Amino acid sequence: MNNITCECGHVNPEGTVLCESCGKPIENNQHIDGNNDNGLLNMRYDGSARRSQTYNRTSIDKIWNFFSSVKVGVWLIVITVIASAVGTIFPQEMYIPPNIDAATHYADQYGLAGQIYYQLGFHNLFSSWWYMLLLAMIGISIVIASIDRFIPLYKTLKTQKPRRHDLFMKKQRIFGETESSSVNLEQVKTNLKKSRFKVTEQDGHILAEKNRFARWGPYVNHIGLIIFLLGTLLRFIPALYVDDFVWVREGETAVINGTEGQYYIKNKEFILETYDEDDERFQEALQNNGSPVPKTYQTNAVIYERADPIVVGGDPELEKIKEDQLKVNHPLKFGSFALYQASYQLNEFKEMTFKIHDKNNEDSSYGQFTIDLSEPKSEYKLESGYRVVLDSYFPEYELKDGAPVSVSRYPKNPAFVFKVFPPGESEPEISFAGIGANVDATGENDYKVGLVDFDVRDVTGLTVRKDYTLPFIALGGAIFMIGVIQGMYWNHRRIWIKPKENGAWIAGHTNKNWFALRREIDKVIVDTGIEPPKDQQEMES
Amino acid sequence: MKEKTLKKKKKRLIFRTSMLAVMAGLVVFALVSSFNKEKAVVAEGEPAPDFQLEKFGSDGETIALSDLEGKGVMINFWATYCEPCKDEMPYMEKLYPEYKKKGVEILAVNLDSTNIVVEQFLDKYGITFPILQDENGQVMNRYNVGPIPSTFFISPEGNVVKHVVGPLTLDKLEGYLQQITPEA
Repeated sequence: MNNITCECGHVNPEGTVLCESCGKPIENNQHIDGNNDNGLLNMRYDGSARRSQTYNRTSIDKIWNFFSSVKVGVWLIVITVIASAVGTIFPQEMYIPPNIDAATHYADQYGLAGQIYYQLGFHNLFSSWWYMLLLAMIGISIVIASIDRFIPLYKTLKTQKPRRHDLFMKKQRIFGETESSSVNLEQVKTNLKKSRFKVTEQDGHILAEKNRFARWGPYVNHIGLIIFLLGTLLRFIPALYVDDFVWVREGETAVINGTEGQYYIKNKEFILETYDEDDERFQEALQNNGSPVPKTYQTNAVIYERADPIVVGGDPELEKIKEDQLKVNHPLKFGSFALYQASYQLNEFKEMTFKIHDKNNEDSSYGQFTIDLSEPKSEYKLESGYRVVLDSYFPEYELKDGAPVSVSRYPKNPAFVFKVFPPGESEPEISFAGIGANVDATGENDYKVGLVDFDVRDVTGLTVRKDYTLPFIALGGAIFMIGVIQGMYWNHRRIWIKPKENGAWIAGHTNKNWFALRREIDKVIVDTGIEPPKDQQEMES
Repeated sequence: MKEKTLKKKKKRLIFRTSMLAVMAGLVVFALVSSFNKEKAVVAEGEPAPDFQLEKFGSDGETIALSDLEGKGVMINFWATYCEPCKDEMPYMEKLYPEYKKKGVEILAVNLDSTNIVVEQFLDKYGITFPILQDENGQVMNRYNVGPIPSTFFISPEGNVVKHVVGPLTLDKLEGYLQQITPEA
C-alpha cells in the first residue's frame, strides 16, 4: 500500500483521485475517473479512494471487488427483472390445477415452450435456487458497494479543507475569476451565513457548505433495503411465518392447515350476497358483466383448539376458543394466526332425495329415501316394503371408456347405481341415476328411481396466515423511504472562495439542481465585488 | 509506517472475510430453507413422522406407525377415484402375503370421504392388507402428499428409504420392498 503525499502536505490513501484536503488531482490516478487535462473534474464520490479497486491481492479481495462494482450490481438487477418477466409468461406452479403433475402439465398445455419453461425451473421461479441466488447477490452487492463508497466519501468530506488547489477550482463546473481590489470577503461570509451555509475559513480561504447529510440518502436507503431483505428471509422460519390455505364445507369441522394440527375450524354457515340486479344504479354494469357480482361473502366460523396431546390422525379433543364472522378484509384472529376469507365454492351436493315410481308414470310413488352424501348407507329400506341397495356411488361422476368413474371425492356431480328390490322379490332391478341422467340398465325395468329433491351446501376457502416478519419489512420500507427523501429533497451544495493577490476565485459544486446553486451564488455575491461565476459545462456545449 | 500498513491490510482482510462469511451464511440459510420447504417435510433419509389411524371396517381398531417398529413399512396413499392407484393395488395384494412373513407391513391410507365407495372397492379387489382411513387428511397433510398414488417405504429403523410419486410396477414394488425387509 502506497500512500500519496499531496503537495499540500496531506497524506492520501492509495487510489485517491482528488486530494482529500485540497482537491488537487493526483497525477497518476486520473484514469480511475476518466479525467483529462481539458475537461471538468469528475466529482464522483469527491474523488475519494473508493473500493479498493486498488487492493486486489487475495481471492477475498477479488470477490469483494466484484460485488463492489456498480456495473455488476446494475447487471444483476437487469437479469433479475428479465427473469421475473419471463416468470409471468405461463402460470406459476402454485396456480396450475392441484393434483396434476407439473412435469407433464406444462408440456401438455403449452407445447415445447412449456417444456423448456418447466425444465429451466421458471414454473417455480420465485422460489427457485437461482432466482434466490440472484436476489442474494443483489443484496450482497448493495452491502459491499455501499460500504466501499460510504466510508471513503465520509472520510473525504470530513477531511476537506477550505484551501483548495488552483486546478481543483478551475476545473469545477461553476467557476469564476474576479480581478478587482475591492473584493469584500467579510460581506461574502455574512451573506453565506444568511443563506444558512456552514462557513469554515482557513487563512482567508472560504468553504461554505450546506445539506451534506443529503449525501447519505442512498446509504440510508440501502440499509432499509437490506432490512427489508432480511425480513423476507425470516419468512423461511415457520415460527415466524406461515401461509397456507384451508377448504371447509358448511357444517364440517376441519383441521386448520399450517397450525400443526393445533387448531380446528367449523364452518357454521357460508353467506354470499350479490348485487341487486334490479337496482338502477348497478343494472347496466351487471348486464355488461353477464353474471351476478358478489357483494359480500362471509363465513360464520367457530375456532377450536386441540386440548389433548397431538397425535397425527387421532381423534381430537376440541375446546372452543372463538366464534366470529369472517369477511373479506375482516380476518378472524386467534393465537398467532389469522384467517382470511379468500375463496368459495357454491352448491356442492349435500343430500339427495329419490323416489321409486312406475317407469311410465312419474306421479306414482312407492316411497322415497334420502341419501346423505357425506355418509351414504349401503341399503335403504322404504316403508312401502321396497328395498334399495346402493351398489355404486360416484361423487363426481364421469364416463370413462364407457364405464362410470368418479374423478374426485367431492360430491360435485353425484351418480348412483341402485338395486331396487320390490317387496318379496329377490331379483333386483338395476338402474343408474345421476343429475339429469336416469338409465335403465337392462331396458326391462318396471320401476324408475327419480330425483325429487336435493340439498346443497357451500365450501369456504380461507387463507391461513401467521406473520411476525411484517414489522421488519415495514421498518425496512420506512428506512428506505427516509433515505429516498433525504437524498431527493436536499442537495449537497458547496461554494469555495479563494483569495487571490488581485481579487478572488469562486467555485461551486452540487450533486444536483445546479440552477438553484447558481441562484444561491448570485445571492451571496451581492455587494461583495465578486463577479458572477460561469457554468463551464454550459459554455462547452 | 510499514507496520501500520500491514496492520491495516490485515484488518481489512479480516473485515472483508467476515462480512462475506456472514452474507454467505444468510444466502445458504435462505437456499436450504427454501429447498427444505419444497422438498416436503418428510424427506428420504429422515425419520417418518408417527401417526395413528383407524383401520377400515374394524369398528375403532387403530394402527400407529410406532406399533410397527422393527418392521419395514410401506405406506401407500390412495383413493378410489384415482385410476393409477387402482392399477397398483393388485401388485400390492400379490406381494403382501410373502412380505408379511418377512416382516414387512403394508398400510394403505385411503383419502376418500365416504365409506361406501371404499367398501365397494375392497369387495371388488379382494384386498387383505390393512386399509387406514384418513378422512380429514391429517396424515396426508403431515406427509405433504400432493398427487396420488404416493408411496413411502420405511425401514425397520423408522426412516424413509424411498418416496415414490405415481404408480409402481410390480418389479419396482418388489425392489423397494426388498430394501425395507428386516434382516432375518
